Amino acid sequence: MEKKAPKILVFSTEKISDPAIDLAGLLKLHYPPIVLTMEVPCSSAVKPKWILHAFDQGFDGVFIAADGTDCSYDESCTEKTGQIISQTHELMKEKGILPEKLKMAAICSVCAESFVKQMNVFADQLSEQ
Amino acid sequence: MEEKRNIGVYICQCGSNISDYVDVEKVREEVAKINHVSISKTTMFACADATQNEIVQDIQENNLDAIVVASCSPKLHLDTFKNVAERAGLNPYNYVQVNIREQCSWAHSDKPVQATEKAIQLVKAGIARAGYSEALIKTKISAENVVVVVGAGVSGMRSAIELADLGSYVYLIEREYFVGGRVAQWGELFTTNETGKETIRRLYNKLMEYKNITLFTGAEIISNTGTVGNFDIQVKIRPRYIKPGCKVDPEKLQKVIDACPVEIPDVFNFNLTTCKAIYKNFESEFPEIPAIDPEHCTRCGECEKLCDDIDLGQKDEFVNIKAGAILINTGYDPYEPKTGEFGYKEIENVITLPQLKRLIELSGKELIYKNKKIHNIGYIYCVGSRQKDGENKYCSRYCCTSTIYTSIVIKNKYKDIHNFHFDKSIRTYGKLELLYREASENGDIFLQFWDEDPPVVSRNGNGTVVSIKDMLSSGKELEVDCDLVVLVTGMVPRQDNKIADILKAPLGRDKFFNEIHPKLRPVETVIDGVLISGACQGPKNISESVKSSLSAASKANSLVKKGEIELKPTIAFIDKNACVWCDECLKACPFDAIIKVQSDGKDVAEIVEAKCKGGGMCLPVCPENAINLKGYTDNEMEAMITALAD
Repeated sequence: MEKKAPKILVFSTEKISDPAIDLAGLLKLHYPPIVLTMEVPCSSAVKPKWILHAFDQGFDGVFIAADGTDCSYDESCTEKTGQIISQTHELMKEKGILPEKLKMAAICSVCAESFVKQMNVFADQLSEQ
Repeated sequence: MEEKRNIGVYICQCGSNISDYVDVEKVREEVAKINHVSISKTTMFACADATQNEIVQDIQENNLDAIVVASCSPKLHLDTFKNVAERAGLNPYNYVQVNIREQCSWAHSDKPVQATEKAIQLVKAGIARAGYSEALIKTKISAENVVVVVGAGVSGMRSAIELADLGSYVYLIEREYFVGGRVAQWGELFTTNETGKETIRRLYNKLMEYKNITLFTGAEIISNTGTVGNFDIQVKIRPRYIKPGCKVDPEKLQKVIDACPVEIPDVFNFNLTTCKAIYKNFESEFPEIPAIDPEHCTRCGECEKLCDDIDLGQKDEFVNIKAGAILINTGYDPYEPKTGEFGYKEIENVITLPQLKRLIELSGKELIYKNKKIHNIGYIYCVGSRQKDGENKYCSRYCCTSTIYTSIVIKNKYKDIHNFHFDKSIRTYGKLELLYREASENGDIFLQFWDEDPPVVSRNGNGTVVSIKDMLSSGKELEVDCDLVVLVTGMVPRQDNKIADILKAPLGRDKFFNEIHPKLRPVETVIDGVLISGACQGPKNISESVKSSLSAASKANSLVKKGEIELKPTIAFIDKNACVWCDECLKACPFDAIIKVQSDGKDVAEIVEAKCKGGGMCLPVCPENAINLKGYTDNEMEAMITALAD
């Protein structure tokens, strides 16, 4: 029987990474259709409880397409998003969820290829788990 | 909060951009099964006038309490459909746009079946979000039609004139005692051949014609307590020690300058010369009266003995200004090479490009440096820019052109000088390429180095040699004797950038001011009402700086001219029952938008609505989960996640 494709939730950011994901579509760069995107104003606004809710609901992986150093709100964005990841990793361990199921990478507003690569690699990694 | 019970859903075919890959009718059938969906339709073009009118009619006839349009990216049509909602009397924040084109049909055009399944989930999530959507009201605040322009360089002056023409009152605040910024330091400029001084004089004379521009020199913003529309700014004006209304007699001024016993390095000439504590950088400098540098003046009184117009008793003055918007135009500093970088400050005839430009201005018929007539000049490019290992990864844009133009000026002025350019590849873009050709035709030699093999500057007896492995001749090792080595230094952010802290204006990774979006909102910052332009935002030449300053001027004017500003309602809000005031949110907020207040006998956090930018950095740090963001509440986000996971 064919293994079910892993389902990935992406948190994208309104001004930076979401335009990159749009661009990937515009360029018809393909990534797995099981990647579903939700937009937030800034990657350092993602609550750990939303991420845990995604795992509870059956998502296999969560990816934060972070603003990185391009964040228009504050230069501490990367550090703050990193703290959210670390904190959530701890909560995931408590619930017996592998930390590898939550990833982040900075995706700039034109980083369409990088986003597609990240999604393809993440989907492959989740399939192997 | 009560869920919406009467939702209209519209699925756009976008001609065939969506429907070629997504079975829109199947999407409609699936979402129509959701209880709260009263109307579900597919449409050829949701954005077409006829469809917009149909949606308005549906909302009004069926009393819809939320609508969802599944079409293209919200970046294109979010406002279109918000307006549709508003026209029908529905709050625009009860509208949700779902992107099934860029993030579905196009991205998965290779897998139409899965694309359809994904579209169904995305639309279901949009409906879930609409179900929890709240009618949000934009806060309206009054706005002063007053703009503070910080920095009276070429772009600051140009934007002040434009703003005054548009009807705003302008306060132009310059930290130095004279206007003109960097441009006043330069001689002939490409493409007009006008000198920097002449350009500044023209702008200054124009500036003085306006009754609605007030210029402060020797002045700095020292505090700001307000927000967009009503910035409360305090300006400190340092004393000039010259009485107002002084009529300058050049001969008398020179006698006073000669009498001043204080001699200091002249920063206007990049320390090539010295100056006195009472100074004027050049005769036609504006304002026309000289200034006394309070930092270096010893108050010996020698000048006062010679001139009645000097008053060493003047004190700092403070002015309070209420302004609707602020335009930062503070420019850049030239990169200062480290000691030993290409021999800088260790080998006596190694100088920077800005120093060379001043040297030409100060020289007569011959180019002489440290008493030696110059015959061979070597220019080393990209010093402090395009650094492989250093912090300045960016290209400073102006320096290739500036160097080549300077080398042409030198050729024309002195004839017997040879120019050797040691570059990493020349970037004279656009019509500036003509200069590159002219320099090549003048006989200038261009040698190119690799990042990992930069040129080496060394002493050779009494002379100086630049050695290079030349990329253009297959790595041939060449040595050039140079009487003058010029380090082509790039632009770096202002070293003294206190204004960024005072206005909370964000800086980018390169420490220049950061815009909201480099292409679509290039002169706005996330601080509403604080705009940026010119080289304070990143390296620019004069023409580019002026273009951005005009853009920022019109943006500032359009913001304040109506006398009223609407603030985005998607801001954070606090559950005061849950809040225990631990101050984590305050620490996370980059905009000081959180204050401590008393509520029901305990300390709690409160959002300062005019300061909150809706970034949401305070949300995840709250240990009590007492903060939500309007439009992104836990209810909305978790309902969407549940729908997507279905």
